[in-house]
Amino acid sequence: MQRILTIAGRELRGYFTTPLAYIFIAAFLMLSGFFTFKISMFFEAGQADLSEFFVWHPWLYLFLAPAISMRLWAEERRSGTIELLFTLPVGVGEAVIAKFLAGWALLGASLVLTFPMVITVSILGDPDMGQIATGYLGSLLMAGGYLAIGCCMSALTKNQVISFVLTAMVCFLFMLSDMPVILDFMEAGPRWFTDAVASVSFLANFDSIRRGVVEIKNLVFFLSVIIVWLYACTVILDARKSA
Amino acid sequence: MSVMVETLNLTKSFGPITAVDQLSFSVKRGEVLGFLGPNGAGKSTTMRIITAFMAPDSGTATVCGHDVLKNPMAVRQTLGYLPETAPAYGEMSVEGFLSFVGAIRGMDGAELTNAIDRVVELCRLSSVRGQSFETLSKGFKRRTCLAQALIHDPPVLILDEPTDGLDPNQKHEVRRLIADMASDKCIILSTHILEEVDAVCSRAIIIDNGKLISDCTPEELRSQSVRHGAVTVAFEGVEVSVAAPTLGALALAEKAKVTEVDGAPAVIVYPTGEKGLAAGITELAMDKGWKITELHVERGQLDEVFRTLTARGGE
Repeated sequence: MQRILTIAGRELRGYFTTPLAYIFIAAFLMLSGFFTFKISMFFEAGQADLSEFFVWHPWLYLFLAPAISMRLWAEERRSGTIELLFTLPVGVGEAVIAKFLAGWALLGASLVLTFPMVITVSILGDPDMGQIATGYLGSLLMAGGYLAIGCCMSALTKNQVISFVLTAMVCFLFMLSDMPVILDFMEAGPRWFTDAVASVSFLANFDSIRRGVVEIKNLVFFLSVIIVWLYACTVILDARKSA
Repeated sequence: MSVMVETLNLTKSFGPITAVDQLSFSVKRGEVLGFLGPNGAGKSTTMRIITAFMAPDSGTATVCGHDVLKNPMAVRQTLGYLPETAPAYGEMSVEGFLSFVGAIRGMDGAELTNAIDRVVELCRLSSVRGQSFETLSKGFKRRTCLAQALIHDPPVLILDEPTDGLDPNQKHEVRRLIADMASDKCIILSTHILEEVDAVCSRAIIIDNGKLISDCTPEELRSQSVRHGAVTVAFEGVEVSVAAPTLGALALAEKAKVTEVDGAPAVIVYPTGEKGLAAGITELAMDKGWKITELHVERGQLDEVFRTLTARGGE
């Protein structure tokens, strides 16, 4: 546990000693504000809830989460520090969890900094705070899902750009897996298979959460996504950490 | 003396290339083992297996009795490792980096502060203590990474080319540091620089194509040189071409050849194996009335032995 915190702390400080963290947070806040107010017409809608704010989150994470995850392992490989890290008494699983937590903390911090949205709706109306809290929780869990995919993709390469593009691609597939484009493609397969593919859609799983409906299965879904992809990341690193 | 690092039939392939081939050796406390071999001989791969970074295909290695396959964490606890590329996190300061490694190794508070102070002093890093790693010169980078390997005062040190990229003064410093630590540690270092083997190593192993081809002291290695015990001599008052055949005819001489010392003509006389060649040459010169201006008994050259042992046909 001590080692996980040490590595996560180092990684998090790394985000802040380079401009990355500040640029990321600024981009996240500006884009989420832009989409909510200018595209969704938040004020004109006249609804005192944040569902029009959360609806953009899957799309923001699609390219912001890979920006955070792309360097996590690719940079360790490129600079050779992976050899240093894994000749210290550190387990691969510990390091994977630590780096994931660091990225997740940065995403979480960005989410927390959207608090003016909550203040705005509270002034304008009488929003359901439970619903808003659920939205934030769901958004954080979904961000973790994107990030876990990113960790795994980053472990595959020493090139950050490749890591970014792979992550965005895989995340895009997961986001839209219940869309007709993808399901038509799988038409030939058995029914249970298309259902399974459709059920892993990030959008579908996030949709009820953002409306404030907490279904355990949706929360479990995002947690499972995180666990499965982080496990895959551990397996990849174990097999080819020296590659 | 107890065995601290041991490898047993270590084998590792990358695709069709066998990097390490049935390699077995052991190193005791107090020994400094020089690990020699041409580029691509398998030195770094062997080190990566001993440090439990990479698993061997077959065979195994133990460090302080811990098996690298069964108990990699205990292995990593007991050793300090300087990788060949001397990597560290670029944006971190030297102190921050050392503190990170110390914390991972379970140190904190005063213990960690003292450990950092100790290695900063040992590796002469005080002038760059607060500087970020990526802005350091090559020599400082390597010494920072060396400091990282020493922070927990490990009983076993694995150093992959510890003096690479250092200037002659820094090389001397690092060798002195290694020699100072040698008595109560077990140190394995790889190098291309054969003078380094002379300077710090108590034993030298040569590997080529992943196989062990020599394991002895630097002095024994040197004695395999054809020049070992040969005498180089320069004269005044006689042409070397005249002197050479006469010298070659000496009972203790195998043969004599014309050579050059610093651009001046000289004769090198190879011994038959018995001692006393230099005395024989001096006597002969006095008899003939040749004036010796220079006489030098060769100790044998490591690089020549190295080339002989690792020469590959057709390459």
